[in-house]
Amino acid sequence: MAKRKSDFKLKNYVCYILVAVMFLYALVLQMMGKLPKSTSNLFVQIAYSIILAVSLNLVVGFLGELSLGHAGFMCVGAYLGSYIAIALTSHIESKLLVLLISMLCGGLAAAFFGFVVGLPALRLKGDYLAIVTLAFGEIVRTVCKNLPFFGGAMGLSTVAIKYDTRSSTSLYIVAFITVFVVLFLIQNLVRSKHGRAITAIRDNEIAARAMGINVTFYKLFVFVFAAFCAGVAGVIFGHFNTPVLYSKFSFNYSIEILVMVVLGGMASINGSIIAAALITYVNIALQAKLTGDLAALKYLIYALILIVLVIFNNAPRLAPIKEALSPKNLFGRLKKRRPGDVSDDAGEWANIPTKIRMDEILSTDVRPGNEFVPDKEKKAPVKGGPNDG
Amino acid sequence: MSVLFDGLSLGAIYAMIALGYTMVYGIAKMLNFAHGDIIMVGAYAIYTTMVFWGKGLWVAVIGAAVLCTLMGILMEKLAYKPLRGASPLAVLITAIGVSYLLQSLAQLIFGVTPRPVNLGSFGSVEILGASIPVSTVLTLVIGAVLMAGLTLFVNKTNTGRAMQAVSEDRGAAQLMGVNVNFIIMITFAIGSALAAAASVFYLMQIPLVEPLLGSMPGIKAFTAAVIGGIGSIPGAMIGGVMLGVIEKICLSIDAIKDYTTAIEFGLLILILLVRPIGLLGKKRREKV
Repeated sequence: MAKRKSDFKLKNYVCYILVAVMFLYALVLQMMGKLPKSTSNLFVQIAYSIILAVSLNLVVGFLGELSLGHAGFMCVGAYLGSYIAIALTSHIESKLLVLLISMLCGGLAAAFFGFVVGLPALRLKGDYLAIVTLAFGEIVRTVCKNLPFFGGAMGLSTVAIKYDTRSSTSLYIVAFITVFVVLFLIQNLVRSKHGRAITAIRDNEIAARAMGINVTFYKLFVFVFAAFCAGVAGVIFGHFNTPVLYSKFSFNYSIEILVMVVLGGMASINGSIIAAALITYVNIALQAKLTGDLAALKYLIYALILIVLVIFNNAPRLAPIKEALSPKNLFGRLKKRRPGDVSDDAGEWANIPTKIRMDEILSTDVRPGNEFVPDKEKKAPVKGGPNDG
Repeated sequence: MSVLFDGLSLGAIYAMIALGYTMVYGIAKMLNFAHGDIIMVGAYAIYTTMVFWGKGLWVAVIGAAVLCTLMGILMEKLAYKPLRGASPLAVLITAIGVSYLLQSLAQLIFGVTPRPVNLGSFGSVEILGASIPVSTVLTLVIGAVLMAGLTLFVNKTNTGRAMQAVSEDRGAAQLMGVNVNFIIMITFAIGSALAAAASVFYLMQIPLVEPLLGSMPGIKAFTAAVIGGIGSIPGAMIGGVMLGVIEKICLSIDAIKDYTTAIEFGLLILILLVRPIGLLGKKRREKV
């Protein structure tokens, strides 16, 4: 068999390139000595926003369940991770090692809570899961606010572990490398057999179950993994911001992450990266200008993004308009096609109007005398089996 | 004793909001996240009529009821109707968007600072040796009347039976000649009118209007609806009253005062763990 021309597809690597461009930009700025603290902080914030958005997209976009407690998992990671880091920092010299250990611990703690919450909640359907995760976020916030060793209402002071940008390893470098690791894990998960199982659950849970997919396992796995990522993001947050304060991780913040996912596009990792970077940047750029009651303008825009984009993407009546405006129809004709080329048409399946729906297949009943016979078996006696020769 | 009465009246408010949630959930099969914010709209309507225009309480209450009902219908027509038939996830995200839209609009118009609104004082009465404010009694009595009326409406009138039919099986109801769109609109209208009533009683207890007024009671009322069994009207009442009493009892004990919210939501998770359909919910088998 001749090897295929190339298995390398650029579009599989766009997400790494996007992050790498940002990372290199920050590195170049630092080498030129033009990286002020505020810019370096911006890059850290963008990095953990990307982790949050991509991991939430795994739950919302790929698994098709709504989690409104992502900030709650981040809160667990931020408080516990920072607490561990403060405890370790007097014993271990290397700041980097402390950060890595605390990231792992914070992530695992968040994953544990993801497991605890997910176990009962994932037996339930969408709306229930949303409300349980929301409730979880509020519980975490209330508990963190009142625990004395977490600093109570003053928040947990993380001055001891706060990264100074002038040290050799700036926090944003660690943060961006974490982003790469998370992206690598999620990208490979999504493209694997397990990723297909996850999207199958989203498209039709009963059919997926009938195909032998362990729905509970995959739901729980995705949920726990996303919680882990959120916890890691929380630890990065704890190392960059002092104090770690419960009020940061409110419902509003969960919604902000959700806005990133919706703006970037459901089940689009590249989209989530761009949207996370954009929203974080705009937020910080406008922070000083939108004070007082004008701050509500931000949420007004968030609300409009959520409503308009979701209705546009999902309303059954708007489907023809959406089709007409899709990039494929707008720019598709510009592409020249060589007659010899065989293109991968998997992407066009969604556009075929007579797509067979799984639930139609399952509800079709077979009458006696009208059984489904695969073509190959019919032809087999005519052509002769392999035993003839 | 007074703690119990406080709890009951808070519970009555929760129950009223929870009824709106549970009806919309039962019939339109969606979680109307913006339901809590309808209360906020009602509260601002009362504030505007009483403080700006200097009208009496009754004008304000009727105005709030009309505005909330219109708001509910408008919300349904503009945001939720285009998504009928789309995935529940899309509807839920849109509902969150609507909730944020209402909150941020209120903040842009009225500002974030809480504004006092005085509904007038009603004095207090002595019941079983404890002094109970009349507003509490009023909340309980009117709440009970509204709920009884709603139960009668759903069970005895044609529209009410059509609602039950739509909640049972939308497609079959449509085939039987029920105007599903109209029924869903009516459901939103009734739910929003109940939210307006809830806003009046809320302001009797806490006479401050702010943009985020509705969000926490809304979420708690949804919790109550889930605890009682979503889609069930008596369930919403029981869940609401239960949650209100628990909240007030927790708040009255110093040791666990700060953890009240956590306890309430913990109860929700516990109930969903033990009995996912809620106390009075009906089990539904999922079909292909």
